[in-house]
Amino acid sequence: MENFTVGIVVFPGSNCDRDVSWALEGCLDIRTKYLWHESSDLSDVDAIVLPGGFSYGDYLRCGAIARFSSLINALDEFVKSGKRVLGICNGFQILTESGFLPGALVANKNLNFICDDVELDIVSSKGGWFNNVNEKQTIKLPIAHGEGRYHCDSDTLKKLMDNELIALRYKNNPNGSSFDIAGITNEKGNVLGLMPHPERACDEMIGGTDGLFTLKSLISK
Amino acid sequence: MDQFAVKVFVRLRPSVLDPAGEATKSASIKLGAEGIKSIRIGKMIEVKIEGNGENEVREKIDLLCDRLFANTVIEDYEYSLEKL
Repeated sequence: MENFTVGIVVFPGSNCDRDVSWALEGCLDIRTKYLWHESSDLSDVDAIVLPGGFSYGDYLRCGAIARFSSLINALDEFVKSGKRVLGICNGFQILTESGFLPGALVANKNLNFICDDVELDIVSSKGGWFNNVNEKQTIKLPIAHGEGRYHCDSDTLKKLMDNELIALRYKNNPNGSSFDIAGITNEKGNVLGLMPHPERACDEMIGGTDGLFTLKSLISK
Repeated sequence: MDQFAVKVFVRLRPSVLDPAGEATKSASIKLGAEGIKSIRIGKMIEVKIEGNGENEVREKIDLLCDRLFANTVIEDYEYSLEKL
C-alpha cells in the first residue's frame, strides 16, 4: 500500500479538501493528490474523496453544477472498476445529484445550519467503511450543513433497507432526514456518501478519532 | 431560426417538506395576512433560446429541466413558452 494514492477533488468552493488531506497524510500517512474538477485523468489515483464545501456556490441546488464537471463524468468508469469513492457532506450531495447514490439532500427541517457533534449508529458493514465489530456500535462525528436532510421515496427507502445500503443513522436526528439516514452506500459497497465529517474526527486534540477508520478504509480493497 | 422566451417553474414535490415555505407562512401570519393555508417556495428560471420551431425547442427545454434545472427526486417542473 506504499504507493496507494487518494485523489481529493477540488471544485471551486470546496473547503474541506485540505482537512481531508491533513487527516490522510498527517494522521494516517496515506499519500494524497489534489484533483482539479476539470481533470478527467484518474489513472494515478487508487481511491477518491469528494470533500465538503460549497461547490459552485451551491448554485441551483447543492451539487447540481458539480455533476457536469469533467471529473464527475470520468468517475463513472472509476466506480464501475470497483475503486472506492467517499463523498463527505457536499461530496454526498454531488453523489446523489449525479446518480451514484439514490435520494437527495434538502434543506434541514429547522432551516438552521447545524454545526455540532452527533452520535451515529453504524447500521451496515457493506463496503467495510466502518468498524462495526460489535452489534449496535455507535460513533461520534461532527456535522456542519444547512442542506443535509436525506430524502427519498418509499420504494427507494425499502431498497436501501432490503439491500443493507444504509451505513449510518443519527441517534437524535438533527435535520429531519428520512429514517434518520446520515450515510448510504451503493449496492457494490465501493461508494459511500455521508453528511458527517470523518476528517474532522481524526485526532484526540480536536475532539475524537472516530473518523479514522472510515478514512483508513479508503486503502482497503 | 425562431426565438422563444421560456419560463420554467421548479417546485418541491408535494411530498417533500418545505421548511422555508413554512417559515414564510409564519412571517405572513405575523404580518397580519389572514386566510393563508400554505406557502410553498419554488424557483422560476427564464431562458431565451432559439431553434427550428417549437417542437425542437421543447425537446431542448425538456432535457434541461430533467437533467439540470430540477432534481426530479425532489422537484417537479413545468414551463411556458412564448415565441418572440
